Amino acid sequence: MAVVFERPKALLDVPFHYCPGCTHGIVHRLVAEVLDEMGIEGETVGVCPVGCSVMAYDYFGCDMIEAPHGRAPAVATGVKRTNPDKFVFTYQGDGDLAAIGTAETVHSATRGENIVVIFINNTIYGMTGGQMAPTTLPGQVTQTTPFGRDPQLAGYPVRVCEMLSTLTGTAYAERVAVDSVPHIREAKKAIRKAFETQKNKKGFSIVEVLSTCPTNWGLTPVEALKRLQDEMIPYYPLGVYKDTTAEEGNK
Amino acid sequence: MATTEILLAGFGGQGVLFAGKILAYCGLMDNKELSWLPSYGPEMRGGTANCSVCISDEPIGSPLVLTPDILIAMNQPSFDKFIGDVKPGGKVFYDSTLIEADCSRTDIEIFPVASSQLADDNALKGGSNIILLGKVIKETGVFSLETMKKAIEKVVPPSKAQLIPNNFKAIELGMNS
Amino acid sequence: MERNLMKGNEALAEAAIRAGCKCFFGYPITPQTELAAYMAKRMNKAGGVFLQAESEIAAINMVLGAASTGVRAMTSSSSPGLSLKSEGISYIAGSDLPAVIINVQRGGPGLGGIQPSQADYWQATKALGHGDFHLMVFAPASVQEMVDMVVKAFDKADQYRCPAMILADGLLGQMMEPVSFPEINPDSHDKSSWAATGHKGERKHHIINSLYLQPDELEKSVADRFERYAQIKENETDAELYLTEDCDILLCAFGATARVVKSAVNEARAQGIKAGLFRPKTLWPFPEKELNEAAKNAKKLLSVEMSMGQMIDDIKLAINCSKPVEFYGRTGGVIPTPAEVLAEIKKVGGAE
Repeated sequence: MAVVFERPKALLDVPFHYCPGCTHGIVHRLVAEVLDEMGIEGETVGVCPVGCSVMAYDYFGCDMIEAPHGRAPAVATGVKRTNPDKFVFTYQGDGDLAAIGTAETVHSATRGENIVVIFINNTIYGMTGGQMAPTTLPGQVTQTTPFGRDPQLAGYPVRVCEMLSTLTGTAYAERVAVDSVPHIREAKKAIRKAFETQKNKKGFSIVEVLSTCPTNWGLTPVEALKRLQDEMIPYYPLGVYKDTTAEEGNK
Repeated sequence: MATTEILLAGFGGQGVLFAGKILAYCGLMDNKELSWLPSYGPEMRGGTANCSVCISDEPIGSPLVLTPDILIAMNQPSFDKFIGDVKPGGKVFYDSTLIEADCSRTDIEIFPVASSQLADDNALKGGSNIILLGKVIKETGVFSLETMKKAIEKVVPPSKAQLIPNNFKAIELGMNS
Repeated sequence: MERNLMKGNEALAEAAIRAGCKCFFGYPITPQTELAAYMAKRMNKAGGVFLQAESEIAAINMVLGAASTGVRAMTSSSSPGLSLKSEGISYIAGSDLPAVIINVQRGGPGLGGIQPSQADYWQATKALGHGDFHLMVFAPASVQEMVDMVVKAFDKADQYRCPAMILADGLLGQMMEPVSFPEINPDSHDKSSWAATGHKGERKHHIINSLYLQPDELEKSVADRFERYAQIKENETDAELYLTEDCDILLCAFGATARVVKSAVNEARAQGIKAGLFRPKTLWPFPEKELNEAAKNAKKLLSVEMSMGQMIDDIKLAINCSKPVEFYGRTGGVIPTPAEVLAEIKKVGGAE
């Protein structure tokens, strides 16, 4: 019988610890497919964050480093600067990347670090049980915004791709989503493009992936996908925010 | 020789640390044990600067000079502040263009040098510190002229090598003052 | 060997480059900034990486990343910066990574001052970050020792796969002394069994990690590390004993303070007081055997520190409180003078 669908080699045969309906699994798979297709798993070092994907080091087949909370881009900088011929990516959540690690994110981008950042935006802290994230939408109920996020009290969500696209060092910034098959295909293309950008030494790439957290949102997986479409995409429009990869010269 | 403790003090920008460095390199040239310790503070220019230099045949203990054998003072506040700390029998060198020496001590030797004036008269801008060093080696014998010339050649960076002859001239002016 | 005149901070940097340090990540802070400036000038030419990070936190994590790939990596700072680095240092220790961290101490707490201090002794030896771990702490007392200890720190960090610290202070960092650079053997430690450099399809993936969600696994990982610490304690303590054989009063001091104390001890001897000096060169592990040897004939001990008294605890523990241990210290950036120390020697009974 012909095999028509199989696990990417760069994704190890280890059961995920993620909740049912969580979209981390999809994004892990997309990254692994890209590593397979480009044939770079053996030349790649991944950096995982503190957050739900903290144990991604068990899932990806490439060499992996577990970073302190928010520090993945700094750790990746250390790896890439001393091993410029290796592929280096971080895989970070919204609290990690846009709250505690904002400085590391912004400065690795503005330095044009030749790395790939996969940014999972699900508008909530998942691992600690559903607290407000920097990307939590106005009005969204979380454990620490029990009456809905009040911007007067808790400020406004951070739009990461928009912010980073203002920086010269950012070569490529795109926001994608994994709520539907067409969007998942787009997401895969974006991740591939980010790694190609690194291969071509063009500088910092970020792919922001709008994702779900059914457990902490209190929704079924299907309802969660619908919320992503109805509430998140209008606030966080999909698309390419910056792309200088066609320009001449390396960073 | 026992340890010679030298304290240099003045305004930032007068070349106090640089003069101290020349003395330290003299020690290096003569194969002595030595230490050079600057005061450091938040101001980059204009504040007070001082530096401790110890020269010895033995390993240096504390590098901080509290009771100098030789005091080189380049401004009034430094003179006033440190004159009382000089060891009995010690020697004081100061820029008499800028400092009015008011000192009742009789247990030390004091050498006024109009070093700022001399520097101006001889087109040696900023050479007051080196002129004072010339006087120091003449009156103390702590280093020879030859050693100091070698030290200057070592301290002046290659990009500023054209300044070396001026420094030599300043030393000689000091020695003859 | 050729003698050069160098500032302590610059000598630390040059020694690191010669020891095969391939990357330096730092952030400006007085009084260690010359170190970063020197690295900025020299590191690229030496085939390595210099990068000014956006924060101390980023700098130590860049070290973590570089060290994960088996490269010799270093960062430096001064006291307040070390507090920021402590998170990363704990992760480095927990991930069994070698790295060298320099602390050119200044007065604290808080923003404190910028003059020399030794008030980070507790931080360095007891709690440089959360969790069960140690790092090796070397305490140089001269610019030459700064050179020698940096070389040793890299070697020992690699040997034991743990971070090592040079605990210096503003006085040592700012002063110039003659130094010579020994011939240094190239980094010969094989890190291929753990470094994360890409598996090339030839081995299982390597994971650099400090997370163990199962208590028994975490306990085992910590216990394994403490077995290495036991070896370090057994093999790596180092101290200078100066005029201790017949001393009645044994002074204990490290780093720059030990220089001041040595001057005081010499003066005390000249005045007929039998004083000696015990100077630990490793603060962790603390040289307990060496201290007991030095103190065997002493009637009293006197710890002199640029702090309110931090090493004194280790002294009392090492001799099991078998003799009186007095303390004299200055803090806030004030450097004790030989005369003050001599007066203290007389006061606490050295003149008997």
